[in-house]
Amino acid sequence: MKLREIAHSRTGDKGNTANISVIARDPQKYAALARYLTEERVKEHFSEIVEGKVSRYELPNIGALNFVLYGALSGGVTRTLAMDLHGKSLCMALMNMDIPDDL
Amino acid sequence: MKKVRIGSGAGYAGDRIEPAFELAEKGNIQYLVFECLAERTIAIAQQAKMKDPNAGYDALLVARMEACLPVCRKNKVKIITNMGAANPVAGMRKIRETAHKLGLEGLKIAAVTGDDVLEVVKQGDFILEETGGKSSALKDRMVSANAYLGSQCVVEALKNGADVIITGRVADPAIFIAPAIYEFGWSMEDWNLMGQATVMGHLLECAGQITGGYFADPGYKDVPGLGRLGFPLAEVQEDGAFIVTKVPGSGGMVTLATCKEQFLYEIHDPAKYVTPDVVADYTKVQMKEVGKDQVLITGGHGRPKTNTLKVSIGYVDSYIGEGQISYGGPGAVPRGRLALEIVAERLKLSGVKFDEIRYDLIGLNSLHKDKISKTGHEPYEVRVRVAGRTQNMKEAVRIGNEVETLYTNGPAGGGGAWKAAREVVAMVSTLIPRSHVNYSIHYEVI
Repeated sequence: MKLREIAHSRTGDKGNTANISVIARDPQKYAALARYLTEERVKEHFSEIVEGKVSRYELPNIGALNFVLYGALSGGVTRTLAMDLHGKSLCMALMNMDIPDDL
Repeated sequence: MKKVRIGSGAGYAGDRIEPAFELAEKGNIQYLVFECLAERTIAIAQQAKMKDPNAGYDALLVARMEACLPVCRKNKVKIITNMGAANPVAGMRKIRETAHKLGLEGLKIAAVTGDDVLEVVKQGDFILEETGGKSSALKDRMVSANAYLGSQCVVEALKNGADVIITGRVADPAIFIAPAIYEFGWSMEDWNLMGQATVMGHLLECAGQITGGYFADPGYKDVPGLGRLGFPLAEVQEDGAFIVTKVPGSGGMVTLATCKEQFLYEIHDPAKYVTPDVVADYTKVQMKEVGKDQVLITGGHGRPKTNTLKVSIGYVDSYIGEGQISYGGPGAVPRGRLALEIVAERLKLSGVKFDEIRYDLIGLNSLHKDKISKTGHEPYEVRVRVAGRTQNMKEAVRIGNEVETLYTNGPAGGGGAWKAAREVVAMVSTLIPRSHVNYSIHYEVI
């Protein structure tokens, strides 16, 4: 299944760095999400897009993960050639990730 | 028990105006805050001010004031906004002029200046956060440098009785937390309280993004009444706990899910969210639904503020030329690909000088490139897009031209060609010692 089935998400931007939240629809699923959705998996998913590293922050208090993607915005909102200047649509690219059905 | 109700009247420069009026009319608020200043907006405003010393404030300032000043006056709602952009004093005069036309009297207006540190940055040499390079390398191309001020300047203006406060660059959360600091007499060195207040400012600063705007995903996350989306308000208690809600009857919704999405918006390390007022810690924040469209937020923490202030520097970076054209029906994708190949060859043959170029097929791969976008079936239509970075406007124009000529010189059935070229004012940031930045407040009474 797609990550979208169990999580929702929003992208933010600062300079050439994007952050993507991954929020468990059901807080009970947070632990499983945190086990599966590693920095490596997210980096691999965005291998064509993210030039730098991916850092993950855990927020069990709200059942969410926060991914910070460095070098994700082709230079950043103020100078990128990309149509989506802020990379605002990237959250839906992450929601498109295939995850195990029994997660 | 005393409570302060603070409304969010705008989440960006071009935001809708009606929800702010609705908040002032029916929200039972004491403060209406308009956050309208994106990073680059101030650099472009600075360019406008250089051409005309009376320009450089937000283009919608008058429209927002015309809509909201009378109702705010009637309901004793104070207005705080960063719509001063590069010229808060000119913005203040414009507000006075607008108030006069509306027949309003007894209004004290304050303008905060001092965020403009262009001369300080030009005279010194500072390390740029993005590149590690030095600010001196941008000297001739620099158009603006603005420090992010904290909430102190707005608190001071409130203490001096201002009804309307217009600023330039002040940190987004700061213009929302200032009224709570003023009303409750909070110590600005109670770091946990400043951290909790910052969560409030952060949640409100994008207006509709917490009331169901930028959230809907049909079948997954449905939002009622988006056409009449209401903007949020926070009802703040003396201990800093607050409820995010909106005007009953307005569109949208405030739920745990909408609050969580906005909570992490533009956050990196949630334990260290640096603002001019505090280093806020979001890792112990708790959210609880306490009623329909009411979410109680507690548990924000903080540590002492840093000794530096962030400065955004605007500079003329380059030029971007762009062209687009659409292909539809059978074979749309191969015709689109052929069009891109043709443009690439012609740019080379005609010797257009560019530093960087990008070829997209909108509908296929323009947002997320090829790997993630793969669906296994071809779209019915695609839009060719070519964008290139150049060193001058003349070369930038040539890029769009080579796309437009696809009409008579490209694949069959191309339609809707469009082209543009623009100067790119880009932003970088640095940190400067707080001692380099001093604000002033100017007042006018009508």
